Amino acid sequence: MNNLLVKTGGWLVLVFLAFIAMVLAVDAGFAVHMGIIMSACLIGLWVTVSKADYAAIGRGILKALADPGKYDDDPVRWGIIATIFWGIAGFAVGLYIALQLVFPALNLGLEYTTFGRLRPLHTSAVIFAFGGNALIATSFYVVQRTCRARLAFPRLARFVFWGYQLFIVLAATGYLLGITQSREYAEPEWYVDLWLTIVWIVYAVVFIGTLIKRTEPHIYVANWFYLSFILTIAMLHVVNGLTVPVSLLGAKSYSAFSGVQDALTQWWYGHNAVAFFLTVPFLAMMYYFVPKQAERPIYSYRLSIIHFWSLIFLYIWAGPHHLHYTALPDWAQTLGMVFSIVLWMPSWGGMINGLMTLNGAWDKIRTDPIIRMMVLALAFYGMATFEGPMLSIKAVNSLSHYTEWTIGHVHAGALGWNGMITFAAIYYLVPRLWDKQRLYSLRMVNWHFWLATIGIVLYAAALWVAGIMQGLMWREYGDDGYLVYAFSEVVSAMEPLYLIRAAGGLMYLAGGAVMVYNVWMTIAGHERAEKPMTETPHNVEADRPIVAEPAE
Amino acid sequence: MSYDAMRHFADSWGLIFMGLVFLTFIGWTFRPNANRHHKDAANLIFDDSHEKGGNDDE
Repeated sequence: MNNLLVKTGGWLVLVFLAFIAMVLAVDAGFAVHMGIIMSACLIGLWVTVSKADYAAIGRGILKALADPGKYDDDPVRWGIIATIFWGIAGFAVGLYIALQLVFPALNLGLEYTTFGRLRPLHTSAVIFAFGGNALIATSFYVVQRTCRARLAFPRLARFVFWGYQLFIVLAATGYLLGITQSREYAEPEWYVDLWLTIVWIVYAVVFIGTLIKRTEPHIYVANWFYLSFILTIAMLHVVNGLTVPVSLLGAKSYSAFSGVQDALTQWWYGHNAVAFFLTVPFLAMMYYFVPKQAERPIYSYRLSIIHFWSLIFLYIWAGPHHLHYTALPDWAQTLGMVFSIVLWMPSWGGMINGLMTLNGAWDKIRTDPIIRMMVLALAFYGMATFEGPMLSIKAVNSLSHYTEWTIGHVHAGALGWNGMITFAAIYYLVPRLWDKQRLYSLRMVNWHFWLATIGIVLYAAALWVAGIMQGLMWREYGDDGYLVYAFSEVVSAMEPLYLIRAAGGLMYLAGGAVMVYNVWMTIAGHERAEKPMTETPHNVEADRPIVAEPAE
Repeated sequence: MSYDAMRHFADSWGLIFMGLVFLTFIGWTFRPNANRHHKDAANLIFDDSHEKGGNDDE
């Protein structure tokens, strides 16, 4: 009873504190955010009070402990649902802003729905909400299985999940309200940054605690990738988020760095967010789920370790390639370029390692649509890690920088690599987490695969053409030494390509909708009656011995 | 330490140190006996049989 009283009182104190901060806020955005925090605390209060088992407390019965013979999968299940929910939201916003580029009327004349505010909503939703939830959920799943131990701190693991959702809601609403510190992929303001820091440290505690209590002596390589993701993101987030708030009751803050140092800090963070958020932990998923789905061990465990250390030692230096031909010292630009090119080798080593895991079982690409998704993800990992180093070369960058080519490159990586490996992991996990015999429909996975693949191809191809055309038109000089094209002419030349890109995004979103239906029906316990993906031919007529016939 | 001194330390001793650490980590995977170890590690995720963990020597 006492325990319940303390918890309820704690929630109430938080509600009051948030309320006071809301009333005293110096700007409207901060007040809205404190209101959201207050609502979150009220929900916490309500859940505490209404879910308590009063009869048991009254009879003095202690709460039954969780079964130690089972893995702690509740946060994983919630994480998978959150991944799918935020994924669809993020894809839909992406499609909407793609259409805004073709039909500017879709900005609706409201400040809240302009491209400038919806774009960070889209990037953060897909990277941090869709990707982040997938990473937290799969890391909790994989670390338990490979350590053969339950999660170290079950309560903290639940805090990580809900705390992370609050971070997402604060970030997303902040963008719409115009609250931003305008740092790429790190737009949330100082107080949201501080909240994420707390959540992230707790995440590290849960993950490392589980590693420490493992019963398996060896730490499987996927956990190395997850751990480096958790530690590096903590470091990047804290340094990049060093700001001085104008008021402790206001949203606005100023960066601790200035000028070119600030730019380099941002891109040191920005590129390593790509490296240690969108590459390294997704490789952890690859190193666990590809061997599991293929039912074969990873092609070369040694190569996976070399892959790991090479990425760790090289990636952190690549950031300056985002600042070619700027005020950044020339040597730093060259350094960033050289390290980016060197990265090509370990990246392809990792891709080959994943693909060769299927060696001797290539037929699974034909018969198993989940494996097919994984192979496509690896192919796009390979393509994106070839294109990236190429774009980092200064001569290429002088054409590609600030054009749509960059956007096309990012989406080849994000839709192809991150998206596909995540979908594959979701399809792997859902029947296992909800204790079902199989997915509702494998053929629908196949539909998802083709919708997404054709969508990516349309998207990437349109933006390659758009980007190169844009770059060439910008640099076109006439005989008289003047630029040939006005900026507006370049914009209107790209209109049809923007439309193709939006069509690609629509197909990708449609694939996501098929996934929602499939996962929904699987969890509901249905199995679709359908023709299997492969059938071995059997000829009844020919299935008999040859009987010798007497000569005539 | 001034910026200049740190910069010179970083591109001489610092670079050599990082290079050697990297080569050690890579070299470690080529030690004799590593193959058997790697084989066990790679198959660890398929080991659903034993109860309490430990190396699979059955």
